[in-house]
Amino acid sequence: MAETKVIERKPLSLSERTYLPQIVSGLKTTISHMFKPSVTLQYPEERPPIPKGYRGVPTLVKDPNGREKCVSCQLCEFVCPPRAIRITPGEIPEGSESEHVEKGPEEFEINMLRCIYCGLCQEVCPEEAIFLQDVFSLSGYSREELVNKKDKLYELGGTLPDSHFKWDKKKAAEEAALAGGHH
Amino acid sequence: MSEKGQTDKVTVNIDGKDVDVPTGITMIEAAEIAGKEVPHYCYHPKLSISGNCRMCLVEMGMPMRDRATGEPVMDDDGKQKIGWMPKPAIACNSKVSPGLHIKTDTDLVKDCRNGIMEFLLVNHPLDCPICDQAGECRLQEFATDYGRGFSRFIEEKNVKPKRTVLGPRVILDDERCILCSRCIRFMDEVADDPVLGFTERGSYSTLTCFPGKNLDSNYSLNTVDICPVGALTSRDFRFKMRVWFLKSVKSICTESSAGANTEVWQREGKIYRITPRRNDAVNDTWMTDSGRALYKQVEAENRLVQPKVNGGSASATEAVSAASKILKESDKIAVVASTHSSVEEQHFLSKLVRGKKAKVHAVAHLGEEDGLLLSADRTPNTRGAFITGLISELPSADLSALGSQIDAGEVDTVLAVHEDLAAVGLSDEQIDKVKLIQIATVSTPSAEKAAVLIPSLTVFERSGSFVNQQFRLQKFHAVVPGPAGLLSDLQVFASLAALTAGGVSESVRLKDAWDSLSSEIEELQGLQFRTIPDEGLAVPPGNFANIPFPEKKSLKFDSREFVREAMGVSEAS
Ligand code: SF4
Ligand code: SF4
Ligand code: SF4
Ligand code: SF4
Ligand code: FES
Repeated sequence: MAETKVIERKPLSLSERTYLPQIVSGLKTTISHMFKPSVTLQYPEERPPIPKGYRGVPTLVKDPNGREKCVSCQLCEFVCPPRAIRITPGEIPEGSESEHVEKGPEEFEINMLRCIYCGLCQEVCPEEAIFLQDVFSLSGYSREELVNKKDKLYELGGTLPDSHFKWDKKKAAEEAALAGGHH
Repeated sequence: MSEKGQTDKVTVNIDGKDVDVPTGITMIEAAEIAGKEVPHYCYHPKLSISGNCRMCLVEMGMPMRDRATGEPVMDDDGKQKIGWMPKPAIACNSKVSPGLHIKTDTDLVKDCRNGIMEFLLVNHPLDCPICDQAGECRLQEFATDYGRGFSRFIEEKNVKPKRTVLGPRVILDDERCILCSRCIRFMDEVADDPVLGFTERGSYSTLTCFPGKNLDSNYSLNTVDICPVGALTSRDFRFKMRVWFLKSVKSICTESSAGANTEVWQREGKIYRITPRRNDAVNDTWMTDSGRALYKQVEAENRLVQPKVNGGSASATEAVSAASKILKESDKIAVVASTHSSVEEQHFLSKLVRGKKAKVHAVAHLGEEDGLLLSADRTPNTRGAFITGLISELPSADLSALGSQIDAGEVDTVLAVHEDLAAVGLSDEQIDKVKLIQIATVSTPSAEKAAVLIPSLTVFERSGSFVNQQFRLQKFHAVVPGPAGLLSDLQVFASLAALTAGGVSESVRLKDAWDSLSSEIEELQGLQFRTIPDEGLAVPPGNFANIPFPEKKSLKFDSREFVREAMGVSEAS
């Protein structure tokens, strides 16, 4: 059996018994804040600044020419730990602007009830098509509403700058070859 | 015996370890036996050697002999010295010989692989995100295993046609082709339809069909399987699903009695493709294109999912008990058996047949033989029906015999298994005259007339075994779950057999079927479902070998030889 050790409580000193020093120090803090600038944010009218690298809601982005960057390689679907992503791959029809990309998502769903904002999808994407940007507040009246469909994902994602233009270069090379340039 | 055993094996030394391997095989195969992977592209075990990719380079050495005297040259320890070749050799094109030494993991070998990979990738597109091969691509795998990890190539890459339609089922991306020529050799040597070839030279080389030709052979999709990269892709599977999501299940092709071994790939209850599974005794590594399309029956538009009794919906168990009542009341029963049923199902059906003394009819589904993997009998299990005693004569061309029995009033109840009676020779009046119990997967006009309609499962939704034209017992496994609420044919037949015999219907599993099969059927004695090897098991054909089956010749089957052998064996024993 463990031994119980009784510790005597120290009796309060006189100043402690009056409570006055504590009240004064409390008032000091309160009053000092009255003269500092306000830190309250009038949410939702005011929004907090989002730091760089913030992991908000995952979104799909387009390149500056308006081409959807995702080619439905399904790597994000594979890597996503809670399996929030669902992709139906599809073929880009002949004759369309980005026919040379051949493949794009027919349907793309991210279930925000499952997403844990880990950012692995962004990390794994070989086409730099999926980004966790600055959207952080989500709400809906049903579970279905919180499954972001392709349209919603592009709406949230918008356009991000690109430094590769890999597919544009590819198209240019194909056209040059057709015109009898480099093989 | 021991003498023969000695000549059959040679000892070679692979990475310092002595291994006994069969004579006549190549170094690449010897290394595989020793558990060492030699990376390769153009080598394929079932095709001729072309030796063009150079990925399989290894160091090779032979025991040294003095050139003048032919005496072995010994080193200081008294062992024969090994003369290593100054340059690496390709492992796919040199046969093993006694005392051969191979090194597969030296710096020189690694350097060779690294160099070859770099050359292969020089003009290779950065296509993996949109390439169907990704995940099962040898180029990807070996690039991570042996490549340098970054590219030194800053010049412009070649541009080649990216979406050439070679045939009705195959699309070619020339940029991805590494010119291994496997597809060309396959079409020439196996499919016997040489339509592919290279044009141009060097890095301009392009795979094409010969002018005016089309890659439309019924074996064209095998080129997609053996293409080590994503140059050839299947139009059916193209862009449908990533292979790393797919799980495969071993199955058997039901297209014909050739019984090609297959793997069926599914994700979350949906089948995406069927590929061949290697079995050197049956199909090597090939299968037909038509057999690969069979998975579509699972989602057929006219698929039956609702059991019916007298036209009204019922549960599967209600339908079975209604059927058993009909069968009990009649003693003029005819069973239209199916050679699509598995051995287990046929066994329980034949119990029912014997119990009710029913007449058995079966319809032959014949087609033209192609000499490879499409045999004349377009059902997978005619032999099984003989072995289980369900039928004793070859299936007939149509059901006219049953028709006349119906007309003569000898039959008033028909249990039809997987046959559309109207399509195989019964007139509407004849069908109307009888009480019909129909078991089928798809809806047909005559099925809709059935007193009891029991929807059934496709081969992809049940497990069992078939006996192919070589009397080879091969098992298949359920790939996806069947439509909710349906009973397997096995269960239906077992229940019907028990109920009509006055018993109670119990749930049966494959194991129960095999307990009964192995004790009641001589040919299958001592077997259990789980003990049938994945590559199948030859069952003794006995007197069945004399039956004039329609098959003549396939890739691994010659009926004349088969009969001769079967007779020889039975005479000897
Ligand atoms: S952020 Fe993480 S959890 Fe959310 S979709 Fe991406 S990978 Fe999945
Ligand atoms: S990883 Fe990128 S390109 Fe691939 S499917 Fe996801 S978003 Fe699309
Ligand atoms: S063939 Fe292999 S390496 Fe080439 S793009 Fe396809 S997956 Fe990538
Ligand atoms: S298409 Fe494939 S199989 Fe044919 S040569 Fe090219 S890489 Fe080899
Ligand atoms: S596998 Fe040996 S050279 Fe290609």
